[in-house]
This record gives sequence, C-alpha cells and structure tokens, in this order.
Amino acid sequence: MRIVAVCGVGVGTSAILKGNAERALDRLGLTADVTASDLAGVREAAADAQVVLTSTELADRVREALGRTWAEIIEVENYFDVEEIGRKLDASLG
Amino acid sequence: MTLPPLPDDAIVLRAEVADWRDAVRAAGHALARSGATMPGYADRMIDVLEEFGAYIVIAPGLALAHARPGPDVRRSGLSVVTLAEPVAFGHPHNDPVRVVLGLAVSSAEEHVASVADLANVFNERDATDRIADAATPAEVRRVLRVAGEGRPATDAAGAPS
Repeated sequence: MRIVAVCGVGVGTSAILKGNAERALDRLGLTADVTASDLAGVREAAADAQVVLTSTELADRVREALGRTWAEIIEVENYFDVEEIGRKLDASLG
Repeated sequence: MTLPPLPDDAIVLRAEVADWRDAVRAAGHALARSGATMPGYADRMIDVLEEFGAYIVIAPGLALAHARPGPDVRRSGLSVVTLAEPVAFGHPHNDPVRVVLGLAVSSAEEHVASVADLANVFNERDATDRIADAATPAEVRRVLRVAGEGRPATDAAGAPS
C-alpha cells in the first residue's frame, strides 16, 4: 500500500504529515509506504498510491493537480493529531 | 538530534506584529540574524503563504514558516517567534497563531529528518502553549529539546553583544 503526503513545497509540512501518518498506521497495525511530495510532483508521486494525505487548505489544489485518480484524498486539519489521522486512514483503508 | 541549534539570536519573545506577514518576517529576521539565511529568505517564506494559503498553520496556534532550499540558505536553521497578541493567518481551524517557527534547510533530504523531530515535540498537545508562554529563550529550547549553540564557539565566553 502506498500513501503520499503532500504540501506546497514538499519539504516542510508534508514531512510532519508523513511522520504522523506512519505513527497512526503503526497504532492501527497497518503498514504502508509513506512518501512526502510537493504539489508540483504529486501527480507522479501518487500514480500508484491508494491515499493522498494533505491539509484541508490544499485539498482543492491537490485535486486539481491529480486530475483523474484512483487515490482517495484525505484532508487533515491538525497535522499533530495522530488520532485524527488514524481515524481518517482507518475509515479509508479499513 | 537532527534539529538545527536555536541560539538566542534566533528567538524573539512576545513580538508585537500587525499581521501574519509581519509575523513571518520576524521569523525570517531571526533566521538571518542567527546567520542561517540571507534576509531575502523571509520574503520567500511569505511567497509560500501567498501561493498556497495558510496551510502552514499546522496545528492550533502554530505556524511553520518555511520555503524551499535555495542559495539564500547558508545553513540549516530554526527560529522561534512568539506573539504578544495572536494574529490570524487565514486558517479555518487553527487560527489565531501564537507561535511562528521559521525553518530553513539546505537540502530536502535533511529537511524531512529535521521536521520529523519537530513532529515528536508537537505531538505533545501543550507544546505550543508552553512555547507561547515562555519567558526566556532557554525555556523555548527546553520545550523544543534543542541546543543553543551549533557553531564552533568563537564567542564562547558568552559576552553580551
């Protein structure tokens, strides 16, 4: 399973999202390959991904950048809320 | 520990700012003052917000200002600005902002590791409040679990400057 965490420039907030998504998956007993990407590279990065994680703020831009996709886009409000991330990942993957 | 050091120069406590631009600029000034970046990096951090919106407000009260690596980054650096009065960044859930972190990195690979360390700190729910309420730079460093000096100590005597 592949998950892509996306932010605007791909070096800051997406890294936090990646780290906390891995924590959340761990708690759920799931394993996945989580990578960080910027908006410009998300189409390529998410080509074989099941889930794209991003902030509510960026979700529309991410949808636009992805175009038609199989991946589900999950919007995260608080990047440090591992429970929120876990709940949303569980709903999507479970 | 992969987070860059956080010298006193890189910390501004209870800054008076008019708006989010001022707040990000203060974080940029602090990065430049500590020697991590050139002054122009502040404008690039503002550009990120203007281009992508307030998504850098990653948790209630906390903004992570940053830009891509570039020639205006001398070395990786971190700065912290706490605000005397919280300001709105335009985030639907996490406004108003009380603490602005400024982050500069010289390469993307390095950045991911640094930021993962920040995630460890802020997974503690009260970390932002503890930084916002800090009265001294040492308290800020304690919450972030970072060192004060990273450079070889040319002014190791700690003489006031």
